[in-house]
Amino acid sequence: MATVETTTRSTEPVDEYEREPVPARAWLGFSSFVGQYAGEHTAGTELMIGPLFIASGVSAIDVVGGLFVGNLLAVLSWVFLTAPIAVRARMTLYYQLEQICGRKLVTAYNLANGVMFCFLAGAMVTVNATAAGVWFNIAMPGLNDVYPNSVGWVLAVLVMGVLITIVAAYGYKVVARVANIAAPWMVLVFIAYGIIGARQLGIDSVGDFWPKAQHLIWTGGAPLAGRAKFTFWHVMFFAWFCNMAMHIGMADLSVFRYARKSWYAVSSAAGMYLGHFIAWLAASILYAHQLHATPGNTAVLPGPLAYNAAGIAGLVCVIVAGWTTANPTIYRAGLAFQAIVPSSSRYRVTLFAGALATLAGMFPAIAMKLLDFVALYGLVLMPMGAVIFVDFWLAKWFRFRSDYAAASGIDINWAAALAWVLTLAGCLAAVNMGGIQIYFVGLPGWFAAATLYIVLSRLLQRNASTRLLQRKEVRL
Amino acid sequence: MKTAARLVSLVSLVGTILPPVLFFTGHMDLGATKLWMLVATIAWFAATPVWMNR
Repeated sequence: MATVETTTRSTEPVDEYEREPVPARAWLGFSSFVGQYAGEHTAGTELMIGPLFIASGVSAIDVVGGLFVGNLLAVLSWVFLTAPIAVRARMTLYYQLEQICGRKLVTAYNLANGVMFCFLAGAMVTVNATAAGVWFNIAMPGLNDVYPNSVGWVLAVLVMGVLITIVAAYGYKVVARVANIAAPWMVLVFIAYGIIGARQLGIDSVGDFWPKAQHLIWTGGAPLAGRAKFTFWHVMFFAWFCNMAMHIGMADLSVFRYARKSWYAVSSAAGMYLGHFIAWLAASILYAHQLHATPGNTAVLPGPLAYNAAGIAGLVCVIVAGWTTANPTIYRAGLAFQAIVPSSSRYRVTLFAGALATLAGMFPAIAMKLLDFVALYGLVLMPMGAVIFVDFWLAKWFRFRSDYAAASGIDINWAAALAWVLTLAGCLAAVNMGGIQIYFVGLPGWFAAATLYIVLSRLLQRNASTRLLQRKEVRL
Repeated sequence: MKTAARLVSLVSLVGTILPPVLFFTGHMDLGATKLWMLVATIAWFAATPVWMNR
């Protein structure tokens, strides 16, 4: 479990109430969550995701409709799945998991979580390095590159990664403050990207936008080489599940435990519709302009895209957006690793997480395949969200003990462990052997995890009770 | 001081989005748009820390 000391140095964020419910005096108002979600979901990686939709040959109606519906489903997931549990239990995800799953299983969860956070931060470092690449005219990777393609690129990622890591380890609060300050400006710069890109494509009035968007931006043709064709369903499921770890996976229990009311989770709409709607569409428009202006240049490089549209202000936005989201991601990865080795120093584990993220960032495949990676990230953590949901709401109904690890003193709740591993194995098998795309396995996976947890809990808890009874009879 | 800083922040937000709108409507060229966005960016980061999160 990620235990965060409250007596740490002043440069670190203080996460309070790690092992107790958040008291009423610490509850927060609606506006706190609006700002947080708007800032967190307007990240540098949005500039990767928008272009990748175009690379996947999506049509205008599919991308706009898919994003609208998918983001709505994401907001509803926060409102109806995450927040109701968060405001009733008012515990962190890690504490609730420890109660249900046991300490050893939570350690395994932390390892998976930490590694995924590092790769995600790696993609953010990649985005930042593309901005540095513009300054120093570095040869940058192409759309289908897997390995680093120049010494300059490796150096750019290294410098960006080291800077971000050091700040994550020693100056987290400064970055958190910069993130808050930058958020309103950043949102406007993202909107500016779209407006400028549209004009560069020859769209010169609002009424002109939709007809031309269908022929110039989201044309719905064949995808670029090496990309899967995207339809409405791909976009919808991607938009819904790209934050699956946070809502259905329950990671944001730690956030909404501070909310006075569960409906405050509608604040997530600020992040979804500013970051995952407007920013993605704006980034798409920039990429469409690049494809028109320089046919054959399919590279998805946020730095050059932003610079061509908005000059130095655009580049600064890429750096700030990447930096302010990579920092907390590396910090959280460090926390997850520290929970595995509690005696290790916070600074060392953050430096380790940053080093791993920097190494990952050197490989452009992660950023260029960001749609797949983000889907995988959610998938890995999703089954534990199903376990928490079932344990909280349905345990009594299905007549098994909730918080079983805490009640029985075990280190591993095998019902939760097997539900996690079997669901994940099943989903990955469906993707790799069944030919089902990764965006579509999350939903059935959630029901599979929930069902497995119910069946296994009933089975294993009944066996445990029988054994306990037998032992008592022997003693008598 | 804080009131003045707030005013500068507000103006710089307008200065961030207005040039792209003018470029879109054909009333400003791209070079000037980029320049004004940079000026607005500098103004935002100079003024906003004075009043926000203090």
